[in-house]
Amino acid sequence: MTEPLIYDFTSPGRCGVTLPEPDVPLAEGLPSDLLRDADALDLPEVSQLDVVRHYLRLSQMNYAIDKGLYPLGSCTMKYNPRLNEDTARLPGFAGSHPLQDPNTVQGNLALMYELQDWLKEIGGFAGVSLQPAAGAHGEFTGILMMRAYHLDRGDTKRTKILIPNSAHGTNPASTTMSGLKVVELPSDARGNIDLEALRQACDDTVVGLMITNPNTLGLFEEHIEQVVKLVHDCGGLVYGDGANMNAMVGIARPGDLGFDVMHYNLHKTFSTPHGGGGPGSGPVGVSARLVDFLPDPVVDIVEEGRDDEPPLYGFVKPRKTIGRMKAFQGQFGMHVRAYTYMRVHGASGLRANSEMAVLNANYLLSKIRHAYHLPYDRVCKHEFVVEGHWADSTVHALDISKRLMDYNFHPPTNYFPLIVKEALMIEPTETESKETLDAFADALLQIADEAHRDPEVLKSAPHSAPISRLDEVSAARQLVLCCRPIPEWAES
Amino acid sequence: MSYLPHTDADRAAMLASVGVKGIEDLFADVPARVRFPKLDLPGPLSELEVMQELTELAESNASAGQFACFLGAGAYNHFSPSIVNHTILRGEFLTGYTPYQPEVSQGTLQTIYEYQSMICALTGMEVSNASHYDGATSLAEAVIMAVSHFKDTRRKVVVSPAVHPQYRAVIRTYVQGMGLTVTGDEEPDTDIADLTKMLDGDTAIFIVQSPNFFGQIEDPAGLAHTVHSAGNDALLCVMCDPISLGILKPPGQYGADIVVGEGQSLGIPLSYGGPYLGFFATRKSLVRQMAGRLVGEAHDAQGRRGFVLTLATREQHIKRERATSNICTNSGLVAIAATVYLATMGKNGMRKVAELCYHKSHYAAQEIAKLAGYRVRTDKPFFKEFAVQCPIPVAEINAHLFDEHGIIGGYDLGQDYAHLDGHMLLAVTEMNTREEIDGLVAALGELSGD
Repeated sequence: MTEPLIYDFTSPGRCGVTLPEPDVPLAEGLPSDLLRDADALDLPEVSQLDVVRHYLRLSQMNYAIDKGLYPLGSCTMKYNPRLNEDTARLPGFAGSHPLQDPNTVQGNLALMYELQDWLKEIGGFAGVSLQPAAGAHGEFTGILMMRAYHLDRGDTKRTKILIPNSAHGTNPASTTMSGLKVVELPSDARGNIDLEALRQACDDTVVGLMITNPNTLGLFEEHIEQVVKLVHDCGGLVYGDGANMNAMVGIARPGDLGFDVMHYNLHKTFSTPHGGGGPGSGPVGVSARLVDFLPDPVVDIVEEGRDDEPPLYGFVKPRKTIGRMKAFQGQFGMHVRAYTYMRVHGASGLRANSEMAVLNANYLLSKIRHAYHLPYDRVCKHEFVVEGHWADSTVHALDISKRLMDYNFHPPTNYFPLIVKEALMIEPTETESKETLDAFADALLQIADEAHRDPEVLKSAPHSAPISRLDEVSAARQLVLCCRPIPEWAES
Repeated sequence: MSYLPHTDADRAAMLASVGVKGIEDLFADVPARVRFPKLDLPGPLSELEVMQELTELAESNASAGQFACFLGAGAYNHFSPSIVNHTILRGEFLTGYTPYQPEVSQGTLQTIYEYQSMICALTGMEVSNASHYDGATSLAEAVIMAVSHFKDTRRKVVVSPAVHPQYRAVIRTYVQGMGLTVTGDEEPDTDIADLTKMLDGDTAIFIVQSPNFFGQIEDPAGLAHTVHSAGNDALLCVMCDPISLGILKPPGQYGADIVVGEGQSLGIPLSYGGPYLGFFATRKSLVRQMAGRLVGEAHDAQGRRGFVLTLATREQHIKRERATSNICTNSGLVAIAATVYLATMGKNGMRKVAELCYHKSHYAAQEIAKLAGYRVRTDKPFFKEFAVQCPIPVAEINAHLFDEHGIIGGYDLGQDYAHLDGHMLLAVTEMNTREEIDGLVAALGELSGD
């Protein structure tokens, strides 16, 4: 069923809200050449109940974690506790202005200071900035810091970032934005970085290596200590893409392995919601040699507390900072949610979450491995990748994904990582029960059977969604990005 | 407290299915030297205790709900209809992912399509993307887009000093590896007319903010013509407050090529600076250089209308190092909140809220101007913010307002502009009652510097 657009409900003169009348004398109007034509503001005119019903009906056309398993690989779609939403909305947090005098927002600053500290502890880092707004933003921050570190030492030859071919697309894109060149590294037969290729690439033009560990195949890098040593020996730095940190909290600290920078995805590992594509939060942790380059500002104690007096928190500018990555202090509302989540779990609970994320993935794999080809057959971490096709069937990974919708599951990530043909990348997360995993495994097994018996039922899937497959090629060719008429002034 | 559902029996059955004895066996590939560190974190708490602890922290802050707030400078205390928060708490919006699977994401996709349409309507532009992290990063992406529009042949960025200082800082952070020249704001009082003299054939983008950082409306007459004139033909980027567009002429109408800004005013809580909403609108002819996600209309085999993410070939997950930007996660849920806000306020509500801001701020300015020792800057028309020269240091005034009157005062412009030492930037919105404004004026009057 198609839901009309909000504009379709318009009836001239309606308004969804009543605002107070002015309680001050009216000021003289602005010169007319600064003003919009009074009638030309092309927004809907609808009642509040129109708004409520329209967006409620739209929401019902979405799949979500709250509806069922959402096994998107590298996205960590775990349960988003509602407690987080309530704490972030406490009036003292939600109503505080980012430019208030620090003395009047000591609660915010204490929370940010603690969160920085906990992220340092979890990652084994010497410093943390909460400023980056998302994972890719954290990557960009990290690469700019690595670049600045070399330049600060007068080492101007370094222009390359080494990136394995299994990496997220954000890694090379962040590298380009930093004005650096990408050198892609192959993977070996067990899904690790190819050590020989890495050895050959390591020279005095290398800024650093970006590595995801466990990688996007869900596999722990078996030679991680050699990898880090090779990069450090050539004067390079090691960047960790923390997208897969949900497998590692309390298991191993990237800083202990020698990583120099890593971003955390608070919206993955620490359960702040994905919100249909954001907002996220991507704090970065750094080793001692990069602390001075962190983005401006970080929270610190500016006056030690005495006896019963708490310390005074404030903002400080790191000595050689790369600068500011966004306005204000970062995604504070996400900081509150992540703080809440960590406070609920403590060290033991966080470690248990990572352990169960890994057990859930391995259990699910054990249930389906006889029916799907597994290109890298090792104990996985929090996710695994299988091939979504068979030599004796004409179906593709996309067909399997669409068919899963008919079984009331969200599909896994498809066609990524690029090094696996017809990849299905599956991450169940720790908050799913054994029963849910069993039901999902059954669906995957039935679909594998259908792929051989009745491939058409997969190719025409989904059959039960609000809409069937959309013609994306035509959509990109005949772009319709806005439902309103183009203003006449734009046509010239 | 834990959200794990597994019983001991579940765990044992799962380990047996995997074929290992214990969970530790799943981590044998992690170097023993670093495996299972003891983390020094505070112990776990129940939901009840966590709520108590966080409530105590929150209550130790002063906030705009509890104090009269006249602080703006890029983040504003505006009214948000209850329905905005209730809608984004729907689990289907809150706990979905990026809508890469359109058949089960039509709710998010159609809402973002409506968001794009309303941003176009507000700004007077042809296309809008699905959002950036905030206004500052939106502006930085505009710079990168302009440079790639000119295929890297132009290396100069001209920016007005009356653009938000933090936004200008973010531009400089973003482009530090690209070797661009960011100029125009070296002298803090350069006006737009002088700024246009810096335009040349190497200029990719010309950036103004209107209303500018001081709340003043820049004169748009002839600006686009000058920026686009032969020999220069740079892109004109206008950064603006979306609330002001309830009454002000949209930048699209006076020839802007890119319109960006902070969407926090559209019903989003102050939340100490984030998460906010960077909006980004441009001309259709520039859409392939634009960063960020885009939702477009599509049809299925039965001819039913639906929506998909489109032009993904610009994006990092397809184009990798050749993408227009690295952005992946954006401000999706905040954009949904802004959509609900704009739909609820609608054509009439948006005009009315803009008018309330205009009249209340002018009332405040007029009353402050009567006070001995205070001078309101009136060289250009303003919308909801204005600068006041004060008789004593701004920090002292703010301390007095807060300590004695429970008022969160204005922004100290001397922090960023040496020539505006002793100037305070005050924001007045529909949230400030006449009583609050009169209270502010009376409190300022106690400090006339005599």
